[in-house]
Amino acid sequence: MSAFKEFPIRWGMVIDIDKCTGCGACTVACNKENNIAPQPQQLERIAGKGFPTRFKKLEWLTVYELSNGVQGSGHDTAYLPRPCMQCGMPSCVSVCPATATDKNENGGIVSQIYPRCFGCRYCMASCPYHARVFNWDQPVYPDGMEKQLTPNVSVRSRGVVEKCNFCHHRWMYAKDAARVAGEDPNALPEDAYIPACAEACPTGAIYFGDVKNPEHKVYELIHSPYTFRLLERLGTDPQVYYMSKREWVRRQGDNYLENEAGPVAHGNGGLHG
Amino acid sequence: MVKKTSSSGGALPFFVGFVAMLFVGWWAFPRMLFSEVQQPIRFSHVVHVEEQEMACEDCHFLNEDGSFNGIPSTASCAECHSDVLGEDPDEAKFVEQYVNEEKEVEWLVYQYQPDNVFFSHAAHQGKDCTTCHPDVAKSDTPPTYYQNKLTDYSNGGYKIVFGRGVGVDPAYSRGTMKMWECERCHAENGQSNACYVCHR
Ligand code: SF4
Ligand code: SF4
Repeated sequence: MSAFKEFPIRWGMVIDIDKCTGCGACTVACNKENNIAPQPQQLERIAGKGFPTRFKKLEWLTVYELSNGVQGSGHDTAYLPRPCMQCGMPSCVSVCPATATDKNENGGIVSQIYPRCFGCRYCMASCPYHARVFNWDQPVYPDGMEKQLTPNVSVRSRGVVEKCNFCHHRWMYAKDAARVAGEDPNALPEDAYIPACAEACPTGAIYFGDVKNPEHKVYELIHSPYTFRLLERLGTDPQVYYMSKREWVRRQGDNYLENEAGPVAHGNGGLHG
Repeated sequence: MVKKTSSSGGALPFFVGFVAMLFVGWWAFPRMLFSEVQQPIRFSHVVHVEEQEMACEDCHFLNEDGSFNGIPSTASCAECHSDVLGEDPDEAKFVEQYVNEEKEVEWLVYQYQPDNVFFSHAAHQGKDCTTCHPDVAKSDTPPTYYQNKLTDYSNGGYKIVFGRGVGVDPAYSRGTMKMWECERCHAENGQSNACYVCHR
């Protein structure tokens, strides 16, 4: 099946897990940039009923903790920030009865149109990365916080699904800046467009750019032997890449069984394109 | 056989009722649905464009970062209107109530779009403003702003005849652009109609 188009631009994120300290600055930056309201009710609900948090908390970018499972001095930990993978083959798109989510624009970002979504949550069920979250409550901004909302991002109401969109609005504004400066909006230089999480990361673990543009850093990075993608064997063809020199991290990235061979350090898994 | 006779008197009452319903549906109801609002200041484009020979871009320009300046702030109007220049009572009102008080005017935007719409003026630079906006440059008194009481959006300003916005009367604003209008123009010009081109 190749129902999804290839685009001349392919926005990609490369996250260097070995650089990530798990500080969570990316998550905070994302919440602020994308007008995600604090959710005390949700946290109470989770505490009270023990619901799995991944389905309850509104957060587009979650940092997971990984462990190599070894006891004692051999123990090792890693942190894995997980935005939406902007899959090349997004299962969320094909299941949506409302065409509220689509992958139809140059750049390959999977869109989510909130007023069109009626909250069936098929997409959430289909997403293998739990990248999507549901608004169980109307957002409530504490006094004064509504003055800090990002005017470039719409506020979502109760009853719709939302997810990371690579801070798509920042791309639109970067294109506008290029147009006014008389440059080509479809050939943005490195870092003209950069999502909030990548900008906020204090260790510079998140790289962002067009993976098809040789002038962007990510072009090289995705071809590193230490680069892998999450659950690559599902064939979702994510646009988010991870890097780690630690083999156990790469193995966990695709759920390899203990005695299974691989993954071979070979770059992007050959599923590209 | 019993001959059927109308107990209500034939066609006339039907006709009267029919006309009454048309009147309610086409005339009375739309008036109930929209409130008519006037701009806080009677701003004359004619004075600025024709008499002072200003260009649209003198006030409505693109910023260096690519964003659109939109309606000028009180401070930029005050570059000329720091004092009352003419005879117009609305100009005096503007200087007294807004320039001297350092307050922004709450202008009514006929084309105000919902929160989730992304529109780039930079991308549409080549288009004539009146493709989407009413031709306010020729208006001495800004058009009446018809505000939908349910949605708060401008209706916009289509002259309401027989319950529907009819034609595009230059004296009235064209109102908020509808999604199909954006989509049609994009399609006709070979531009993408992907969701995220216009939504955020
Ligand atoms: S929850 Fe919304 S976006 Fe997801 S499948 Fe249903 S309608 Fe589509
Ligand atoms: S990560 Fe999930 S939500 Fe994002 S494109 Fe893939 S399937 Fe859709």
